[in-house]
This record gives sequence, structure tokens and C-alpha cells, in this order.
Amino acid sequence: MFSTVGRPVPRKEGREKVTGESKYVDDLCFPGMLHGATVRSPVPRGRIRNIEFPAGLPWNEFTIVMAKDIPGDNCVPLIVDDQPYLASEYVNHPEEPVVLLAHPAKYLVEKARNTVRLDIEPLPAIFSIEDSLAKKQIIWGDDNVLKSFLVEKGDIDAAFAEAVHIVEGEYRTGAQEQLYIETNGVIATANPEEGITIWGSMQCPFYIHKALLKAFPLAPEKVRVIQMETGGGFGGKEEYPSMLAGHAALLAWKSGRPVKMIYDRAEDMLATTKRHPSRTRIRSAVSRDGKLLGIDIEFIIDGGAYATLSSVVLSRGTIHAAGPYLCPNVRIRSQAVATNAPPHGAFRGFGAPQSIFALERHLNTVARTIHLTPDEFRRRNFLRRGDATATGQVIHESLNLEALLDRALDLAGYHAKVKAFAAGNPKSKIKRGIGFATFMHGAGFTGSGERYLQSVAGVEATPEGRVRILVSSTEIGQGTNTMLSQIAAEALGIDYDDVEIQRPDTSQVPNSGPTVASRTCMVVGKLVESAAIGLKQTLVKAGLLLEKYSRPQFAGACARYIAQFGPLKSYSQYQAPPGIYWDDDAYRGDAYGAFAWAVYVAEVAVDTTTFEISVNDFVALQEVGRVIHPVLAAGQIEGGVAQGIGYAIFEKVVWQNGRMVNGQMTNYIMPTSVDVPSIRVYFEETPYEYGPLGAKGIGELPIDGPAPAVLNAIENALGLAVNEIPLLPEMLMEEAGVG
Amino acid sequence: MAKITIEFRVNGTPHQVQAFPMERLLDVLREKVGLTGTKEGCGEGECGACSVLVDGELVNSCLVPVLQAAGCDVLTIEGLASNGNLHRLQEAFALAGGAQCGICTPGMILASCQLLDRFPQPTDEQIREGLAGNLCRCTGYQKIFDAVRQASQA
Ligand code: FES
Ligand code: FES
Repeated sequence: MFSTVGRPVPRKEGREKVTGESKYVDDLCFPGMLHGATVRSPVPRGRIRNIEFPAGLPWNEFTIVMAKDIPGDNCVPLIVDDQPYLASEYVNHPEEPVVLLAHPAKYLVEKARNTVRLDIEPLPAIFSIEDSLAKKQIIWGDDNVLKSFLVEKGDIDAAFAEAVHIVEGEYRTGAQEQLYIETNGVIATANPEEGITIWGSMQCPFYIHKALLKAFPLAPEKVRVIQMETGGGFGGKEEYPSMLAGHAALLAWKSGRPVKMIYDRAEDMLATTKRHPSRTRIRSAVSRDGKLLGIDIEFIIDGGAYATLSSVVLSRGTIHAAGPYLCPNVRIRSQAVATNAPPHGAFRGFGAPQSIFALERHLNTVARTIHLTPDEFRRRNFLRRGDATATGQVIHESLNLEALLDRALDLAGYHAKVKAFAAGNPKSKIKRGIGFATFMHGAGFTGSGERYLQSVAGVEATPEGRVRILVSSTEIGQGTNTMLSQIAAEALGIDYDDVEIQRPDTSQVPNSGPTVASRTCMVVGKLVESAAIGLKQTLVKAGLLLEKYSRPQFAGACARYIAQFGPLKSYSQYQAPPGIYWDDDAYRGDAYGAFAWAVYVAEVAVDTTTFEISVNDFVALQEVGRVIHPVLAAGQIEGGVAQGIGYAIFEKVVWQNGRMVNGQMTNYIMPTSVDVPSIRVYFEETPYEYGPLGAKGIGELPIDGPAPAVLNAIENALGLAVNEIPLLPEMLMEEAGVG
Repeated sequence: MAKITIEFRVNGTPHQVQAFPMERLLDVLREKVGLTGTKEGCGEGECGACSVLVDGELVNSCLVPVLQAAGCDVLTIEGLASNGNLHRLQEAFALAGGAQCGICTPGMILASCQLLDRFPQPTDEQIREGLAGNLCRCTGYQKIFDAVRQASQA
């Protein structure tokens, strides 16, 4: 029924990527270009006494920027304006930027970076959620609390009074590094007359645009941000590039020369954002027949030294904390607290992987306690159409989680394996297990976010009948270019090959919002679809096109329109789907336009000699609305699952006084081709009424399920309930009482 | 240390460059030969983004001093297509979804090249082992395996 959507059309920029022609920011080189570097705080907290430039280097050849050189506000604007571009008096975390340097010779900049001496009087610092909550030191605001939320549904105390079973547990998740293979980097040109231009690796060109206007006294049209091909983001290039672009622009402004700043791997790992570590405590009340009567959740995340995006990460985590279950009485108290670590930030999933891990582990414990199987217990408590979530969002779409669970367990051979492993494990040193997680992920900004953003997307036609998409949404590997082109082609009834996409450049495209929150397909895709339909209607209304047309007729109509009236463009602005409303003050209502729903099943083997864990099979079944591109969609799921397996059992950030000490790919281990199982991806497609051609979002969903599924499988294998990730062999050995 | 003249062939074309003997082959290729398809992901031999073939052997060009490439035949991603026709691996990576963000892709394709040289019909195990030195954060490797399988059948 569709000509382009649902088909594996070639990726728009695929050819350039396989031939090496694609230009990433480090592939650009401008005449007279300087290389920039950042001098960073060696201590977690302190007062800057002095900055010294020891003799031995030709300092007069260097461009040197300090806080006092910033022409505008020394603040990277985001939600709360608390983070400076450069520390001026106090430093609040290790690796906080203090001085910027630039020089034509790369090796000299590197040398200079290590030569500048920061004389900092240390102040006492805090590094854990516990110490922050206990206010061992107050390092942010009055109480270290960056943000808190309260969700209340029903009467939680009454639920516990009535309960037959009460189960409690504590769950922890560690930091995780995004580990895009291309590190952060930008090039800037800047001067008061021509303004600033940034070329860089990024997810959100307009975030950078806004950030530069804060630091420089310029009119908006004097700042231009261009996204280069971007080698992965996963959230790690959502907010951080604003800081980096500001730095490069400051150096360019002062030197009058183009400045390139490319982080090496160590700097990228040590200084830029990671996934928020978390601690979740859950207490649940359950009836005799295995129904959830009440869930009381305390969800705390470590935000690091500045507020950055913690409030919205916390919000998503809070809303996902009660999962896809019906529970009449819910209380979720959540807080993001400050510590003296570099700010934690956006990472695919955005708070949800943390709270979902906790709940899905917890429910297994509840099931065990009340002598039900994990699947039977969940079956008795699933949300159904017409039910309300913890925030009171009534599910209007057709939803059948029981069927989804049955199908996933079937595909994984779950029941047979549970039996076979139970029979085989006692005789074997290799213990095998299987486990699953059931979860949902909301697409688009949380709460009123999309209403505030008011995103705009456009399309423009050429006289040849080719259509160009105008959005600031970035291609970061996930398939934006291809998927939006498919949607436009379908809406206009033209060839996929006749659609192209404008490279995101703030001087050329409207602000379609940031490339985050699984919103590009569902929200921006819908805007592109509407804009495309608008373009067609313009031609029809002008009497140039009939409702049905051929390719030459479309091209002819475009040519005649342009000759008569000038450029043929059509824009569309976000409007909330009917019936979707979020109350910010009460923190209640429809948190997301739509949810994707999923059941993931993991099979593991644990060698009880080495405690090495291997994931041997993985089934990922999800309902995501219409699948726009089957290969790209599956690729998103597979990549997310691999990253989720890394989160569960490989990727450990080792901290020492707020500083990552294993900031190398040699000792921060992500899954390789021999570590990932075969990942079997299945979709169910229930078209979503308000998504483009029925699509919802999928980008973040796959990171939510693997960690709890894998730990549930380990529990099945060893009979050992471990509630903390990452779970490395040495920790498992300890848990098993062997180490 | 003084710069020396180093001669080698890159994608069949002879090149003469002035470089410090210990300069990384990666930088020489990108900055002096002007071929930016070879990428840097870690600079420490872990990620394989900088993979090239030197006399048919897969190396991490971030670890190879350019001196070692003197007199050698270097193949980079730019040398794989001929007369605008994609190599079967490039074709397969593009179609099967083996390239997402694309930053690992040049190295991954060259590693696959060497893999198919050794094992024209590789087993799944051989594919996994053959690509274990090349990290990809986007794909979860599945579509890369598909691409190599498809290319081996082409
Ligand atoms: S850049 Fe050479 S192995 Fe990573
Ligand atoms: S495609 Fe992005 S790292 Fe492999």
C-alpha cells in the first residue's frame, strides 16, 4: 500500500559513508587554522588562586582565553543557567575547563596544555548519592538537590495496610560512557563583523546557536551552526557541543583565525557527559492473588556538579519507573542530586534505563516471593487499553502486553529452556539461564516539552520537481535523512530518489527541535509529512496540479509555480495531538504522545570457575507503530541492545574522587563482535494515529530492556539475585561468595 | 629529529612525503596524502577505525610509524572502488545496513576485505573473530555480519 515506506531503500548518505567521502569535522582544514586545547581542573572542588604560564614555551605565540575574556555571559545556557564556559573563581568538578589555548602547531598546544599550572586551593568535595543526600558538603543551592518530583496516584498507605505481601529492594546502576567512535569536535570562525560560524559533530544545532548568543554580543543571524557528518551521538552530543563550540568560538574571536578543537579519546571520556548513576528503592504491596496493590519508589540520580539536563533526565526516569503495569496506588519520589563529578548528561534512554532496571529486577523478586513465575506475575498486572499509568495517562491505543509477552517467550523458546536449564545446570560448571524484561518507552519530549518547543519543519521544491527537506534534525547514524525522505516521498507520491535533505545549517533550516528523545521520526516526521501535504495542496489550489499526478506533471506544476510566484516552500508547526495534555504543576497527565512497548528475552551462560558471563541469544520484540524502514529500524534495535548488554555486564566507569580513571578504550570495555549474541529483532506494527504514516519512536527503547533481562537471566542461571550493574565477573564472584 | 623523505604507494599511486620518521601513518595519510577516509577513534590501537592494509596486512594506522610503511603498498578506503564502481563489500555494507554513523565503516570494510581474502566463504565464527579488532557503537554488529555474508556470496 506504500511505495517507499516500509521498504529497505538505500540510505541517503550511504554511498559516501562506504567510500570514505563523507566529511566529518576533523576532515576539514581551513587556511591559517589554529588548534585549540583546554586546560582543566585537576581537583574536584576548589578556589582558583592563580594561573601560571611557566617559562620555556613561546607564550606570546599562543592565543589564551580565560573567563575574563568572554565578551558576553560566562554561562552555557540550558535549563538552569549555572554552568560556566570557563571557571573563574571556583572549580566544581575534576576536568572543569579553566583556560583555553590555541596555536598553529598541534603538538605545541598539547605541550602547552600540560605546562599551564593551575594553583587551586582544594575544598572538601562529595562523590556519592549518599553523601550528597546527607549534605556532607553543600555544593549546589541550599541542599544539593538539582530537581525533585513527586508522582502520587491513589492512597499508598492504604495499599500497604491491605497487602498480604510486602517486598522491598534497592537497585543501583553505574555511569555509562556514550562512546561514539567519533569524539567531540568543532571548528569555529568568529569576529565581530561577520559573526560566528561553527562546523561540528552534534545532535542539536540550535542548542549551540542559543549557547553562542549568550557568550557573544551578536544578533541571531550572525551566528551560524553547521552540522558535519556525525560519528554517533547517543545523547553525548546533545548538550556538550554547546560548551565545546563556545570554547572554539572564544579562541577564534580572540585570535581572528579559524580554530579547530577535536578531543582525544581520553579527554572525551574524562571531561564530557555520561549516563547518570542511580539508586532506586522500591517497596511494593501485593495481594493474595498476585496483584500489585501499591508501589512506593524512591528514585535518585547523581547529576554531577551542574544542573545541565538532570531535571529532564530525572523526569523521564520518574515517569517510566512504574513500568507498563496497572497499579492503583503509586508513589514515586525522585531527586537529582549534585556531586563533584563532571555533569552527567543525555544518554539514549535518558533516565528510563535506570528506573526500568530497578523495577524489572524488583518484579522478579516479588514473583519469587509470592511463588509465581516471572511471566505469570506480570501477566496479572499488565496495563490494558483504558487503564491509566502512574501519572494518570489513559492508554487509548490497542495494547495487548500479554500477547506480546507470549510471542516473545515463544520466539525465545523460553519455557522449554527454563526446564532444560533447571535440569542441566546442577550437573554442569556452566550454568545457563534465561530471563526477560517488559517495558515501554515514551516517544517525544516529556510532558509539555513538545508544546513549548513548537518545532517547525519545511519542504522546498525545485523546478525539476525535486523536493528538499528543511529540518535541523541531524543524521547521527540512526537514519534521519533516509526516514524523513521516505515520509516526504510517500506524502507527495513522488520517488524516494527525488527527495533530498538539506544539511542542517541554522542559516538554512527552521528549528525542528533537538535530535533527542526518540522524537525525530514521530514528531519531526509528522511535521515533514504535514509540510509535504501542504506543498502539494498549494499546487492543487493554484490550479497547477490535479489530485492524481505523474512525475512529469508534478515537476511541471513546481516549475510553473516557481516561475509565477517564486520559491515553493511549505512549513508545518507542531500541534499537540487532540486529547494530550500534561499539567506541569501537578506533574500529572499525558506524559508522552505515544509509547513503544517491548518484551526482551536474554539467554546467558555463566562459567562458575571464572564467573565470565556470556549472552548467547537475544530476542527483542517490540510494538513501535509503523516501521518506516525495516533495515534501519532493526539496526537501531540491534545497536541499542548491544549497548544495553554493555551497560549490564561490560562497561564500568571507575571513579576516583569524581574523576574517571579508566578513560581509555583499553580499560573501559564495550562489546566487540565476539561479545554480542545473535540479536533477533521482531516488530509488531499497530499504526499510531498521530505519527507519520502510523510511526512512533524507537531510538531509545532498545537500551531499556537488556540490562534487566540479562540480570534476570543470571538470576535464573545461578539462583542469585544481583541488583547492581554493571555486573563484571569479579563482582559476580563476590556476590556468589567465591571471591 | 629531522624530517625525512618517505616513499610509498597509496591505493596504487606513488607518493613522496616529508615526515618525521615516528609520525603516525594515520596522520600522514590524512594530512599529507589528503585522504581523510581513514578515521581516528582512539589513537591507541583499540578501535580499528584507523585500519588500513599495508602490503595486504590489516594494521591500525594510529600505531604504525610512517617509516614502517616506507616502500610499502598502502590500501585505504578510497582505493577500494574502481572507476566509480563500488567494491562488493562497499555495496553490501550500504545495502545491508552495515554503516550507520559511518565512522567505523572504512576500517570495518578494510578488515572485512582481509577477512574475505583469508576466508572467501567465512563461517559466522570466522566473521566475528575477523572483525573483533574493529569496534562499532551503532550497529550491534549484526548488519555488519549480514553485509560480510552477502559480499561473500556476491
Ligand atoms: S584510532 Fe587506531 S585503533 Fe583506534
Ligand atoms: S556505524 Fe557508527 S560506529 Fe559503526
